Amino acid sequence: MAEIIAGVGTSHVPAVGAAIDHAKGDQPYWAPFFDKIAPAREWMAQAKPDVCIVVFNDHASAFSLELIPTFALGVAQTFQPADEGYGPRGVPAAEGHPQLAWHLAESLILDEFDITIANKMPIDHGCTVPLSVMYDQPEAWPCKVIPLCVNVIQYPAPTGNRCYNLGKAIRRAIDSWPGDERVAILGTGGMSHQLQGERAGLVNVDFDLAFMDRLVSDPAGQAQVDHTEYLREAGSEGIELVMWLIMRGALDEQVREVYRAHHVPTSNTSNGLIILENAANDPITAPLTEAA
Amino acid sequence: MNADSPERAPSDREPREYDDIPGTYVFDGQHSRLGYALNMFCMSLNEADNRDAFAADPGGYLDRFDLTAEQRAAIEERKWLEMLQLGGNIYYTFKLAIFDGLSMQQVGASMSGVTFEEFSQMMIDGGRSADGNRYQHEWDGN
Ligand SMILES: [Fe+2]
Repeated sequence: MAEIIAGVGTSHVPAVGAAIDHAKGDQPYWAPFFDKIAPAREWMAQAKPDVCIVVFNDHASAFSLELIPTFALGVAQTFQPADEGYGPRGVPAAEGHPQLAWHLAESLILDEFDITIANKMPIDHGCTVPLSVMYDQPEAWPCKVIPLCVNVIQYPAPTGNRCYNLGKAIRRAIDSWPGDERVAILGTGGMSHQLQGERAGLVNVDFDLAFMDRLVSDPAGQAQVDHTEYLREAGSEGIELVMWLIMRGALDEQVREVYRAHHVPTSNTSNGLIILENAANDPITAPLTEAA
Repeated sequence: MNADSPERAPSDREPREYDDIPGTYVFDGQHSRLGYALNMFCMSLNEADNRDAFAADPGGYLDRFDLTAEQRAAIEERKWLEMLQLGGNIYYTFKLAIFDGLSMQQVGASMSGVTFEEFSQMMIDGGRSADGNRYQHEWDGN
C-alpha cells in the first residue's frame, strides 16, 4: 500500500520564491535563510517522495470572492503556475496524480469531509514556493503534486481541529490506496506575520517556537487553539498555520522531529520549516544539522 | 452604486472577540460584503489584458466596477489603509500594489504610517513585537 513517509511544515513567502527565481540567495539578506534550509533540501533529495500533497492556500489567484471553497482538492493532470499580477512564476508546471487524487476525493467525502473537487486550479506562490524551498530549481518537479487548497483568507478559516482531523482522514485514504507510492505531505504558510493594517509587520517568535513544539508533542492540544488567538498572537495572516495541522494529522501520533529552521525576517514574515517522520519508522537520513 | 455604508464598525452584527485587536481588519463576512466590488476590481488585475486596459484608461476601467465614491477615491489616491477600512483585503489590494510596482514592505510602511526604510529596518530588527500590540487598550492614550 501507499505510505505517508513524512510531513514538512514550511512558510510559503513570495519573496523567497523571487529570491530563488532571481538568484539572490547569496546576497547578505538572503544567505542566512538559505543556509538554514539547505539541510531540508538535502533531506528531500534523499527522501525522494513519489508524491507530495501540498496543503496551501490560494491568495486571490485561482479563487476570488465569487467562490470560496473551504477545502479544494486538485485532481487535474497538470497544474499551471498562476499569474498573480506579475505574470506567472517561471517554475515548472506541477504534474498531478489524478488516480490517487480521485481516490483521496472519494475517500475523504465518504469519510464525511465534504471537499470541493478542482479539475482546473492554477497554483500560486502558496504551492509553488514550498516546492522551490524543498527542490530549488529543477527542470521539472521531481514528484507528482496533489494540491489541497484551504481557505484562510475569508474569515472564518476551518478550525485547527477540523484541519487536524482532515489530516487523519487523508492518512486513512493513503493507507487504503493499493499503489506503492511514497507520499510526503507539506503543510504550508505562516509563521507569525501580519501584512495588513497599522499593525503590519507583527512577528511573534515565542508563539512560532511554541507552535512547533506543540505540533510535535501535543497536536491535539494545539488543534484547540481558536482563531482569535492566532489573529492576536501570530498576526492576521498567521492564521495560515492551521494548515500545518492537516500535515500533522496525517502522521502517526508519535513523530520524530528531524529538522527545524526558523528565520526572521523574510520580507514581512517570520519563516519556519520543520520536518517530521513517523517515530516508528527508521530515519530516512543521517541526522541533519545546519551548516556552520 | 453600492447601498452599503462604507463605515467601519458595522452595526448589523454582534461584536466579535477579535474586534479589540488593534490595527487589524479581520476579513469577515461583513467586511467582505462591503468590499466585494473593490476586491473584485483588484482581482481583475491578475489578467494581463485587464492590466493593460487599466493602465490605458484608469477611470474608464474603474467604471466597470460597482464601487462607492469613497472606495473609488481610495483606489485612485492609493490610500492602502483606507482601502482596508472600506472592505479591502490585503491579498486583493496588493494586486493593485503589484500593478504599481510596489513591494509588500512599501505597502506595509504606508499602512502603518512609517517610511519604507523604517519599516524594513523594523523587520530586520525582528519585526513588530506582539507585546504592547495585542489589545486596542494598549494603543489608546499613547
Ligand atoms: Fe499565504
